[in-house]
Amino acid sequence: MTTTPATVGKAPQRHTLDLSNTSTVPLGRLVKVEMRKMVDTRAGLWLIVAIVAITALITVIVFFAGSDSDHTFIGYMGGTAGPQAFLLPVLGILLVTQEWGQRTGMVTFTLEPHRGKVIAAKVLAALLFGLIAVAIAVVGAALATTLSGDPGAWDNIGLDDFGKFALLQVTGVLQGLAFGLIFLNSAAAIVTYFVLPIAFSIVTSVWSALRDIAPWVNLGTSQQPLFSAQHLSGEQWAQLVTGTLIWVVLPFLAGLIRVLRAEVK
Amino acid sequence: MITLENVTKRYGKFTAVDGVSFVAQPGRVTGFLGPNGAGKSTSMRIMVGLTPQDGGQALIGGHRFADIPNPSRHVGVLLDASAQHAGRTGREVLRLSAATMGMGKERVEEMLTLVGLSGSEAKRRVRNYSLGMRQRLGIANALLGDPSVLILDEPVNGLDPAGIHWMRGLLRNFAAQGGTVLLSSHLLHEVEMIADEMVLIGRGKIVARGTKAELLHTAGTYVKPEDPAALLQALHAADIAATPSGDGGFRSEAEPIDVGRAAAAAGVVLAELKRAEGEGLEEMFLQLTSDDARDSITPEGVQV
Repeated sequence: MTTTPATVGKAPQRHTLDLSNTSTVPLGRLVKVEMRKMVDTRAGLWLIVAIVAITALITVIVFFAGSDSDHTFIGYMGGTAGPQAFLLPVLGILLVTQEWGQRTGMVTFTLEPHRGKVIAAKVLAALLFGLIAVAIAVVGAALATTLSGDPGAWDNIGLDDFGKFALLQVTGVLQGLAFGLIFLNSAAAIVTYFVLPIAFSIVTSVWSALRDIAPWVNLGTSQQPLFSAQHLSGEQWAQLVTGTLIWVVLPFLAGLIRVLRAEVK
Repeated sequence: MITLENVTKRYGKFTAVDGVSFVAQPGRVTGFLGPNGAGKSTSMRIMVGLTPQDGGQALIGGHRFADIPNPSRHVGVLLDASAQHAGRTGREVLRLSAATMGMGKERVEEMLTLVGLSGSEAKRRVRNYSLGMRQRLGIANALLGDPSVLILDEPVNGLDPAGIHWMRGLLRNFAAQGGTVLLSSHLLHEVEMIADEMVLIGRGKIVARGTKAELLHTAGTYVKPEDPAALLQALHAADIAATPSGDGGFRSEAEPIDVGRAAAAAGVVLAELKRAEGEGLEEMFLQLTSDDARDSITPEGVQV
């Protein structure tokens, strides 16, 4: 007599999940999703439209209204760097805070429970947005420089100059992201991001003891050379490093710890 | 299968989830029932790792949720239908999830059809959705990855009777195919309609669990006599406790046959004698969960 398998005629009820055919969510897929989240809502989309439009507008203004000395590639880049450095951090903030303000974090962190991986995807998305913004500025500046056709407009441009503009914008968008992680609230993060450095500058300007160390601790001061792609001395690079540590790296680490531990509701 | 073993979560001195243990079996719809603030949502967030527990463990199909790769392909989760970006369209919400899971766009359209969100509704932004529509969207989101386990927090909340009926069919069908369903509710009637098994929670503790029949079995007897005073006397003589139910009848913890014997022995005529059913469960639910309300009112009430 043969025995028939017990499972015949009845669907097997699985008490354990068979995970052998499932692979983890690739980081690249998460980065794509995070970038998409910035363009599929009105707030995010308009912010990006604003960044592109202001970059184009500044380039046009410098083209028509600027003096001859502004009509250089670096001149155009320097003109658009300011507004971009102003708006990109907001993009970084929204990239994080929309998950809490709109409570989508409950879905995001259920789809990918490893929060560090989600944050890594957001960091990479922020980096890409920063680099895309610089690329748009480069295209605008190159077009305008060609059209204005001033002699010597292309002089003294090296790869390091692109690097400096990229560094400026990437630092900004990551600083926004870090502030977003700390506050998990758009309004608080945006206000603090804009007010704290101003308050800090005021304090350092009236308090003489701090004035001397200001370039070392005030990121706004140490970033100044980046706007005009100046040559940076060793000391200036060191000041850039300390400023970035204080205003970007430390807030990011504090925010990361907060998010890894937070209860998502 | 979902297994909770002694799961505990404290907020300061307040214990929101207190040593909760239960199993939700595959092939069944398990209802997680309790009043607001009893610890249902916290327990469910612990299951999927959104809230870190202070003790015990929650396993899904033998794994911690965080250890399941691409977990949405195995476990469908709906914790709060309103936790969606108000500015995204329903379709976009599902497409984002599908993109994360690695499911195609066709799957999104299939799920929209399954939950009955029409083409024009899917194009609307979530801020313009009714709670019922958000629940449907949340169910679609949970089912997107073709999971074998569903964890749903208050999924019936905001649905109209037709919607509840639809949900019942959907979840029963899911369970009939071997899936595990755990759904929470603070409304007994909702769970009663949908669930095979029930887990009752109050003040962070499991107070009862079992199938509906098992829970009803402990609910006792409803009896309505011709002469209430005579029956009360007869029950008293037989040492059976009974409480008036307000309509001339009585409720008792005793079995119907014992109540019947006591009445027969005293020659009391009965108009009704039955096992206490629906109302019994409701009474039990209220009783099991009323401690919360009573305790919070009493201190001030007594002292004033």
